[in-house]
This record gives sequence, structure tokens and C-alpha cells, in this order.
Amino acid sequence: MSAPGPLLRVRDLCVTFPARRGRPPVRAVDHVSFDIEPGQTLGLVGESGSGKTTTGRAILQLQPASGGSVRLLGQELTAMRRADLRAMRRHMQFVLQNPYSSLHPRMTVAQILAEPLTVHRSVPRERIPERVAELMTLVGMDPKVVHRYPHEFSGGQRQRVVIARALAVNPDFVVCDEPVSALDVRTQAQIVDLLHSLQEKLRLSYLFIAHDLAIVRAVAHRVAVMYGGRLVELGDAARVYDSPAHPYTRNLLDAVPIPDPARQRAKLAEAAPEPQFRGRDGETGPCVFGEDHAASGTPAWHEVAPGHGVSCRFWPPGACPGQELPRI
Amino acid sequence: MVAIGFVMLAALLAIVILGPVIAPYSPSKTSPGSLAGPSAAHWLGTDSIGRDVLSRLIIGGRGTLLITVVAVAIALAAGLVLGLVSGYVGGRVDQAIMRVLDVVFAFPVFLLAIAVVAALGPTLQNLILTIAIVYTPTLARVVRGPVLSVKRWDHVEAARSVGVGEFAIAIRHVLPLVVSPILVQTSLTLANTIFTVTALSFLGLGPPPPDPNWGSMLAEARQFMELAPLTVIGPAAAIVFASLTFIVLANGLREMLDVGSR
Repeated sequence: MSAPGPLLRVRDLCVTFPARRGRPPVRAVDHVSFDIEPGQTLGLVGESGSGKTTTGRAILQLQPASGGSVRLLGQELTAMRRADLRAMRRHMQFVLQNPYSSLHPRMTVAQILAEPLTVHRSVPRERIPERVAELMTLVGMDPKVVHRYPHEFSGGQRQRVVIARALAVNPDFVVCDEPVSALDVRTQAQIVDLLHSLQEKLRLSYLFIAHDLAIVRAVAHRVAVMYGGRLVELGDAARVYDSPAHPYTRNLLDAVPIPDPARQRAKLAEAAPEPQFRGRDGETGPCVFGEDHAASGTPAWHEVAPGHGVSCRFWPPGACPGQELPRI
Repeated sequence: MVAIGFVMLAALLAIVILGPVIAPYSPSKTSPGSLAGPSAAHWLGTDSIGRDVLSRLIIGGRGTLLITVVAVAIALAAGLVLGLVSGYVGGRVDQAIMRVLDVVFAFPVFLLAIAVVAALGPTLQNLILTIAIVYTPTLARVVRGPVLSVKRWDHVEAARSVGVGEFAIAIRHVLPLVVSPILVQTSLTLANTIFTVTALSFLGLGPPPPDPNWGSMLAEARQFMELAPLTVIGPAAAIVFASLTFIVLANGLREMLDVGSR
């Protein structure tokens, strides 16, 4: 358990959704690998449908993985028995996107927060009200309101309750799936601040899934960029933002609106190219960096700097490393 | 609407519970003068062998409603379990349960009821069991439908990620959110069951005599309809009132629960 190493280690995680009604099976997550160190945040960004949420759910074993390994605190989760997995959930929690639907509408806040405590028997029954009040204070809410129902709260307050529920059992790792995208902008900043201060206080690790690049930059130590179920770039947040190495990351960063109407209009006029990526499994020959991975037996992943890597198989045709993506 | 329903239900329950106290005569006591019209002694007159129609109506209601309520309670319990398991577990379990229920559902209510009662004999238990079986598929479907959608809601996934067991999720996180359609359907089923029970009794497949019930009273009185219309109108009105109570209640509940259910 106390073996040195990352808190979470994900290797070659794959999720395949079975074929339905004549459509071929969909590989939603395709050989995704990354580590998260204790007390660190990995930001996972990408467009809708790139497999971010599925990755998060597969790590939490809410979605069966079709391959690969997920190790939390040194324990393999993908092959774990049901009862062991339930016990393991004490260490990993989930903050869902929509605070309006992720709380039971007929349970009071006190009942919602007590549930994880009862399930994991983390505090004696008579101490539960005390712990619930403590949790409310932790997320900046008044412990007096615990007997109200979720619909009596605003979106931001509900998300605080969702966070309190996730923290009830003192987890080490929390998957935050777009935790602020359903909230208004002012509330977003408050929730991001809260997550940040909780991380420092409790030494939490986050997998922070978002499509808002500015928020990810504010919270993440490292950033992973997903496209089409694949990780295309992974590195320290500052490096990925300042010197993106993969054409798709550059595209994504370009998509952030410029707060100048004239320049933004000009940018929209020249429509961004829809990235057409080549390269799937089993491709032979040299990669975009000119290395033959099939021959050398190394993964199709290139380090452009220490700790900063890009996928070298998954590239738009005609683009070369270090070169701007050709505009159409 | 729901208030009217509850007032009617209260009246019905009062008559049934207080039956032996408020009934002026014993239901089997005969008095001279059969098929008599209404009088101060017999408000609704007497039947073909001189028994008091009002007393028989009151006491007969007890039997009819008791069968109805017990049968629907059994059907509801079975429907809740089957519907929840079917909808929540899904997959092959769902297929298996629903196909079996489809078979039961495919039979016309009466045909099935007549077949079972005729085969096993017209005892009280058989009648109740038959009616319970006949109405289980309807209730199970009404439970299964909303369970299918509620089990995909975010708060269910949140509970699972917290580590709540599947059984507790089904009971605590899914079931409480599907009660409104179940309440409405149960009330409607009660109304239907009253018709079924009285119809089976009318056909002679109800609880055996001498206990009066509305169905058999109708059957006996039918031949003397011209001579003593009240002997037919009485039980007929009672049947209509009882079913109407549950229909009004169902409509009221539907209106009440639809608004602000979430």
C-alpha cells in the first residue's frame, strides 16, 4: 500500500461501447495512460465526445473498461471484486457536472451527507450529525441548513453539498467531471476557489475534467489533452499552454475567444479546420518524428521535453512537428 | 378533486367498518312480505325472500371491498417487486419477467378469472388470488417504466460512486421517485377490481352464499326487476359509487402529484 509511486496510475485504459443497430462498436477511450501524484491536479481537456467523461467514469469503475489497468494506492481496480471495490470507493469520489440532478430530490442535505458515512462506517452513528456539520463548514455552508432539501438551494450551494458528500469519507482522489460548467460565471470562480483550498487543506488529488481551458489552467498542475478517445498531449500545465506541441492542442487553444470583437470576428471568418487525424492501431512505418516504433518496440509517444509528451501516430496528415497546422 | 375522492373514500370506509353497527337488520333475517317497496321499516324494501335490502347492501359491501383491497394489496406487492427488479436489473432478468407477465396480460381478465375459479373452485382465497394474479402485470409495468428512467439519473450514479450497494440504491434512490404513478395506478386498479369482483359474483363465481355481496345480490334480484326495482338499483348504485370513489381518487392524485413532483 505504501509503495512509493503515483497515487493513481492509469495504463492503456480502453473503453469500447458495443455495436448498436448496425453501427460499429465505438472505442470511446483508446489506450489512455497517465499518473496523478498525491496532492496534484491533472486537467483533462478536449472537445465534446472526446472521451473525457468516459475516462473519468472508467477510472471510478462506474463504466467497465475493456482493457488496460487502473491502480489507485497501488491496488488494481479493474479486476477487483464488487465488495472490495465498494470499500475502495472510500478513497475515490466523484463530483458530477450537474448539481441540479446529482442530489436525491427527496433527501435532506443531512441525509445526503450521512449516507457515505453510514455506508463506509467511517464515524460512529452518534457522531454523524457532528461530522455532517463539520462537512458543511468545510465547504463554506451554514450547518444550520442541513434539514433542507436540495431544491431549496442555489446551483452553487448544491455543488458545495455535492463536494461535501464527496469529501465525507476523506478520499484521496476526486474525479471532478465538469464541476462548474452548469454554474454561472461568478459561482464558477467560487467553486474553483473552494476546490483549490480543499486540495491544499486535505492534500487531495483531482482529475479535473473540463472543456473550459482557462479554468483548467487555473487549477491544474498537469494537463492532458484528449481527442477521439486518445491522449494527444500530456505535460505540465504551463508548458502545454505556452508551447503546445500537438497540432490539436494548438487548435484547441486557438479556439479560446479573444476578448476583442474585431479580432474575434476576423478569427471566426477563417474557419478552423476540422482536424482529420490519421493513424490508428497497427500502423507500421516511421511516425511523424521519423521513428519506427513497431521496429524498436517503443510506444507511439514522444517526449518533446521532460514530462511533456505527444502522441506521434495521431496526427493530421501533412502536418509536421513544430509546424503550424495547415489552414484550410 | 382529491378532496372529493377522500371524502367518498371516508364514507365508503365508514359504512364498511361500522357495517354491523349501522345495519338495521341481520343480512340473513327474513321478515314477512317479500319484494316489498320502501317503507319506514325497510328503507330500500325487501328482496325475494324478505331480507332487508339496505342491511344486505351494507354487509355485502364489506365482503366485496375486503376481497378487492386484499387482492389489490397482493397485486401491488407482487407488482412492486417484479417491476423494480425488472426495471432496475434490466437485461435478461427484465426480459424473462416481462415475457411471463405478458403471457398473463394477454389473457382477457374474465377468461382467466373464470378459468381459475372454475378449475380450483369458488372459494374466497381462490377469488382473491385470481384477481391478484390478473392485475399484477399492469402494476408491475407501471413500476418498471419510471424505474427504467430514474435508474439513469445522476443521483443514482452519485450514490453508486459513494459506495452505496445496489439493493440500497434500488430501495432508497429509485423507489421513492416512482411512487406517484404507482399510487394513481393502484387507485384505478381498485376501481377495476370492484367491477371484476362483483361481475364474478354475479356469474356465481364469487364467495359462496350465504354471505351477501353486491354481485350475487344483483344476480338474484335481476328476475324481479319489474316488481321491485330497488333490489337491483341498490347494489348497482353501490357498485358505481365504490368504483367512482377510486376513479375520482386516482384523478385527484394524478393532478396533485403531477404538479411540483420534482
